[in-house]
Formats: sequence, C-alpha cells, structure tokens
Amino acid sequence: MDTKNCFHCGLDIVEKEEIIFDDKSFCCTGCMTVYEIFSLNDMTCYYDFEKSPGATPQDINGKYDFLDNESIVSKLLDFEENATAIVSLSIPHIHCSSCIWILENLQRLKKGISTSQVNFPEKKVRITFHPAEVSLKEIVYLLSGIGYEPYISLENYEAGSNTVDRSLTYKLGVAFFCFGNIMLLSFPEYFEVKEYWLDQYRGFFRWLIFALSLPSFFYSASGYYVSAYKSIRSKMLNIDIPIALGIIVMFVRSTVDIVMDYGSGFFDSLTGLVFFMLLGKMFQIKTYSFLSFERDFKSYFPIAITRIQGNLEESVPIYDIQKGDRLLIRNQELIPVDGILITETADIDYSFVTGEAIPITKKSGDKVFAGGKQIGKMIEMEVLYSVSQSYLTQLWSNDVFQKNVEQKHKTITDQISRYFTPILLLIAFLSFGYWILKDTNTAFNVFTAVLIVACPCALALTAPFTFGNILRILGKKKFYLKNALVIEQLAKVDTIVFDKTGTITTNKKSNIAFQGNSLSEADLVLIKNVLRASNHPLSRMLYDFLPETQKLKLDHFAEITGKGIQATLNGTTIQLGSASFVGANEENAIQQTSVHITINENYIGKYVFNNQYREGLSSLFAHLSQGYQLKILSGDNEGEQKALEQLLPPGTELIFNQKPEQKLEFIKNLQEKGQNVMMVGDGLNDAGALAQSNVGISIAENVNVFSPACDAILDANVFDQLDSFMALSKKAITTIKMSFTVSLLYNVVGLSFAITGNLLPLVAAIIMPLSTITIVSFVTVMSNYYSRRRLQ
Amino acid sequence: MSVIYLLISISILVAIGFFIAFIRAVKTGQYDDDYTPSVRMLFDDELRITPNKSVQTTEEKQI
Repeated sequence: MDTKNCFHCGLDIVEKEEIIFDDKSFCCTGCMTVYEIFSLNDMTCYYDFEKSPGATPQDINGKYDFLDNESIVSKLLDFEENATAIVSLSIPHIHCSSCIWILENLQRLKKGISTSQVNFPEKKVRITFHPAEVSLKEIVYLLSGIGYEPYISLENYEAGSNTVDRSLTYKLGVAFFCFGNIMLLSFPEYFEVKEYWLDQYRGFFRWLIFALSLPSFFYSASGYYVSAYKSIRSKMLNIDIPIALGIIVMFVRSTVDIVMDYGSGFFDSLTGLVFFMLLGKMFQIKTYSFLSFERDFKSYFPIAITRIQGNLEESVPIYDIQKGDRLLIRNQELIPVDGILITETADIDYSFVTGEAIPITKKSGDKVFAGGKQIGKMIEMEVLYSVSQSYLTQLWSNDVFQKNVEQKHKTITDQISRYFTPILLLIAFLSFGYWILKDTNTAFNVFTAVLIVACPCALALTAPFTFGNILRILGKKKFYLKNALVIEQLAKVDTIVFDKTGTITTNKKSNIAFQGNSLSEADLVLIKNVLRASNHPLSRMLYDFLPETQKLKLDHFAEITGKGIQATLNGTTIQLGSASFVGANEENAIQQTSVHITINENYIGKYVFNNQYREGLSSLFAHLSQGYQLKILSGDNEGEQKALEQLLPPGTELIFNQKPEQKLEFIKNLQEKGQNVMMVGDGLNDAGALAQSNVGISIAENVNVFSPACDAILDANVFDQLDSFMALSKKAITTIKMSFTVSLLYNVVGLSFAITGNLLPLVAAIIMPLSTITIVSFVTVMSNYYSRRRLQ
Repeated sequence: MSVIYLLISISILVAIGFFIAFIRAVKTGQYDDDYTPSVRMLFDDELRITPNKSVQTTEEKQI
C-alpha cells in the first residue's frame, strides 16, 4: 500500500478519510481549511520553504473565552495604548522557516494586526495590533485556526517585563575594543627600533595605551575582582584569585613602568587576557531559550477557568476562585483547585501529578484534586480550597520541594586552584627573597613578573571551552543541559535512580495482552463494535489496539459508569468492564489494569494493560550497570515487578509505592551515605526528587512540552543513548585534566623567564596568546574526538 | 610632525564611533535573537512573487 502524506501536516493519510482539494491530499478537514485560508490569501508559499510544515488545528471551542475578560487581557499585553497593543505569545509549534514566514505575515490574514515578529529560538511571536479593530481573542483564534495555537498559562499572567542581562556582552565588547586598539598601538614597541620617530612619540603612544586599558581594567575585568573577593571571604581559594591578582599586579607594574619610563608595560597582555577569558565565559553559556529548567505549577495552570453563577457562565482568573464556587471543567482542561465533583462521573488523568497514565474514574461527591485533567465530557465541581491552599500548590510551597540543593560542589578548576594559588604565592615570595639580597629593583620586577606570567589564563580557559563544546555537542544529540556545571556533576554520578511510569515506560502506547480462552473472530468483531460506542479511555485504547473490523449496529448499549459496558447485538449480550462488574473472581486483579469480558454470561477472559518499556531499555541498563548502581523508584504498585526483574540486570533495586515526598527522602538518604545520585524522572511527582538529586534529568517525549524543574532535559528518542552521554561527560573531565597539564607546562616555562628576571613585554605578549590559542584548540579537538567516538 | 597626533586621534575616534554603534545594537536587542533574522532576510523575494495570481507555482510535492 502506498501511504500518502498530508500536504499540510505531513502525517500519513488514512485512505478512507483522504480529502482532495485543489489537487492536493489532506488528512482531515482541519488541514484542508488551513490550506484554504492560505490559498485564499495568496499565501501558499508557506508550503515552499518547508515540506508539510503545518499542524492540524485543534478544537478550541470555548477554551479562550477568558480573553473576553478585560483585566486578564491587559495582564497579558506587553504594552497598551489607545491605538496600539503589543502581545508576546509563546507558540510551541514554531519549528521551521515556513512558520516564521506565515507568522510574520499575519497582517495579511487579519485586519488590525500591524506587524508581527518571530523570535525563533524562544518560539515566540510578538504581535503589534490595533485593539479597536481586532481583539486579542480574535488573534488567538486566528493563530489556533491556522495550527499555531499559543500556549497561555498562569505564568504569562504573572510575569512582569523580564530584563535581559546583557552585561557580559558589553564587557566583552569593551574588552575587545581596548585589546584591539592597544595591540595596534603597541606594535612599534615590539621591535625596539632605535629610530627617531618612534623615540619621539613613545610617550604619547604609552599614555594612550594606558588610557585605553582603563575601561578594560576597571569595567570588563570587574567580575573577577568581585568573585576573588567573595572567595577570600568564604575562605575558598578559587581560580579567580590568581587571575585577579595577576591582572591587578600587571596593571600596577605597567603603570609604574611607564610613569618611571622603565618600559612599555604589559597592557597588551593585560587586555588580551581579559578579552580571552570573557570570551571563554561567553562560550560556556549556551542557553536553550525555548526550554525552561525552572518550572513550577504556574507554567502548567490555566489563567482562567469557567465559573457558573446561576445560569451565567463566566471566565474568572483562577486566583479569584473562592471556596464554594462552582466551576466548569472542559475536556482536557486542568483542574486548578481541590473540590468536590458535582457531575455524575468524571475521568481524571492524574499523570501530571502521579505519573500514572491511566485515568481514574470519580463519582459525584468524590473529592477531586488540583492537577488532574478531565478527559471526556464537561464536568462541574464545587471548590473546596482556593488555589493557594490546594494540594498541588501546597506541595510546591512545601519547604522540602522548595529547598535548593546547596551548591557545595567544587568545580574542577577550583580544586586545582586550591593548590595553585598557594604555590604561586610561595614562588613569588621566594624569588623576591632571593633577589632582594642582590638588587632591590630586580626583586620587585621579578616578584611582579612571577604573578603576571603565572596568571592562570590558560588554566581558566580550559574548562569553559571544553564544557561549552560538550554542551553544544550534547544539545545537537537532543540532550539539553541547563549549564556547564551539569557536565561535571554527570561525571561524578555513581548511582542512577529511575522513575518508572513515563520514564522507562512510554506514555504513548500500552502493551495490551489478552488472557483467557481464545477469542473467535466473531467475538473480536463484537468487542470492537461495543468499544466503539464507549468514551472511556481504556475503551479507546483497547479499540485502537484491536484490528479493524466491519462496523455493526448495536441493538442495545449501556455504559455503567465506573464499572463497564453492557451491550446486545443480534441476541448476544456482551459485558466489558471491571472484574466485579462481570462477576469474575478477583485474585490478583488489583495489581493490573485490565478489562474483563463476558459473552452471554460466560466469562471469556481479560485484556491486561501492561506498560510498554522504552526501546533499548535492557541494553541501556546492562551498559549502565557496569559502572553505576541502578535503582527504580516507582509510584505504582508491584504489578510490574516480575517483568522488570526479567528485563533489567540483576542487582537493580526496585522500590514501589513511593509518594513524591518519599522519593525525595530516598534520594536524600542515598546522598547522606555519600553517593552522588542522578535522578531520571518525568512528571511533577518526581519534581522533589529531581531537585534533591545531584543531577536531575527529566525525560520529555516532546521537548516543547513542559517538564518539571531539572538540570537537564533528555529527549525520549535518545533515551537509549544515555550511557554514551554519561561516558562523554567523563571524557570531558579527562580532556580538562590533560589540558591542565599542558597549561601548567606553559606556566613553568613562563616562570623560568620570570624568576631569572628576563621577562620582557615581548616575551609576555607571545607566551600569553600562544598558550591561550593552543589550549583552546587542544580542548576543542579532544572533545570533538571523544564525542565522535562515543556518539555515533 | 604633529600629523601623527591628528591621525591617531582620528583613528581612535572612528573606533569609538563603531564601539558606540555596537553598544547601541546590543541595547536595542539586536543580539538577542541571532537566528530569525537570517531566515527572514530570505523571504523578501518570495513576497514579490506571490501577487502573480494564484496559479500554483508550487510544484506537486506529494504523491
């Protein structure tokens, strides 16, 4: 069979449902409508930039009614005046150049929009519009209608204008400006030609160089002084102390040199050093602006919810919800507060809180907790607690969850510098002591020269460039780290704890197996047809699982909520549902999610929903078990224990029935035993454990969808490569150690010049950039080499 | 003779001019998004083609 792909969204087309419009095939009316909108507006070159760029528009009926509420809208706008309003909307679907093109041409689709600008890395669009002609709600509907549904959450509601910190860019700019100009101006000095013209203007050149070095010394390098001061106060010798010391000594000595006319000073080396070190800092910061590593419940919660007052339905901001209010929750909407269910039944998916994918059925009068998602029909509920007092919000404001793991971690550079700094000072004073017996003048020269040449520029550059490079390589492999520090932490990990549901299993498909008497073809047809009428999530899953059959009309159908379905067809009665419903004896059925079947009162068997483990799980665990202690920590019951034991290498500890707080405690206990723990989880139920662990990795099926606060986000598709990522992080540390050796060699060479009192500005000007360049290229080559070997 | 003072002063002034331009560019956020503009600049041609009636210039990509 030839599979066709939708012209708009690129998904496979089910043959029966294919729609042909304008000679193009579409998978659904949604996609066709989008195409129609674009072709009517002469905007079909949307499809030229990228093949099948679109997304099927989702049904959003009523979802954005809260945008009628003026006070909410004004909170969302960045800027508002009579004739113009600006809004920034986050659109997760933005992924290609077609997206940029269509979103920047919104003004052609709707009157009243004046301009729109896409920020691709952040997946945001900034729309300037005329509030009198078009409302925000209309814009959101337009975007949703063309498949670019914005994501609006409580976070948008609260966020003020966040200022971007650009100080590093300024510092780098200033440093480069000073460095470049000083290099040009000091060129004549390098040759020391006894020439009339040069001698004549030497003073002018030197003072100009001095003036140019001031911004670099006082502004660009200021971060190092602050950091050095802080580390002295906290009695931790970090690498910034010798750096700051070197810079200051260099500046003072150079100034004395030109004032006393001893020589030209080391301003060129000074500014070069500042520039290169800032460059390293810049390189190390690689941010994935479309990801966020610091999320709390606010980014998940809706802004507003529908409240029923009498016969009136209105959207209210969720902070205005009070006890006793009646709320209306639509399909796929999140329940924002704890309450009591009023509608007869509801199927609530708590996967977001507990990680358990299969929804729980609640009956009228049951308590429903915030964080659940309603699946199916609209439900009504009465509020018991306001947002800030609800279970989920309380959980988040719980101290344990809030507590930041103290950054006791010492970076590898700081470890080295703990020895480096005292040794350096010792050498400086010893050589000073030696020379002062002979010649006071040389003694001061030697003392300063030692501090200058030993300034650990190359040492300080090693880690930023190695980590920066590894960070980018891993990012390309879809393993996104929060910052460079995580690589070091990764290399130190000795224990890995995995969550079960959603982490080592996929949420997407459940593995369904039939247990019982064999089913005849006719029975299957029957079951499939009965399931078709039911909306229960388990029914839907089972329906999708069973093979296609002919469609029959049922004579009688009844769904008994919370229990099962009863139907008759051509005189055959069939019951599907829980064990108690069909009258099967229930022994170990609690442990498994299953659907039981009886036909004409005869018990046939049951469908068991097993977890589907991720591909490559066994081999990944086999690889990891060689170097790490592995543990599985699950919020579920022991139902899967047997299957897991078979799948995983022996020695893997399995712990079940863990509440979020217990998971956190578990990690804490391990840490108290001195272990470095990495936690791999997915849902909000792991959030505490992720925060407590040394490295918290969250698995995401789709990185654009939100994951809990963590140190790294791993794309679920590359889950099986986790071991190579871990190995690469260890290699990164090896690279750094090798490069430390090289840079220490440079220091020894430089010091031998300095101690003997022979450090000329020219020598310094050669050694410094040379060591920098060799170190940077060395670590880049090495880390690329290792990553090529480790990651295919 | 004093021409060297003049020349160097001018060269420094020019450099400072560029430096100010850089600072302003950073301040107005031109360095915040370094990807989108590179794509956007390629669109300008496409816009001119579009008004050529709605005859499908798009070649059939599927099937």
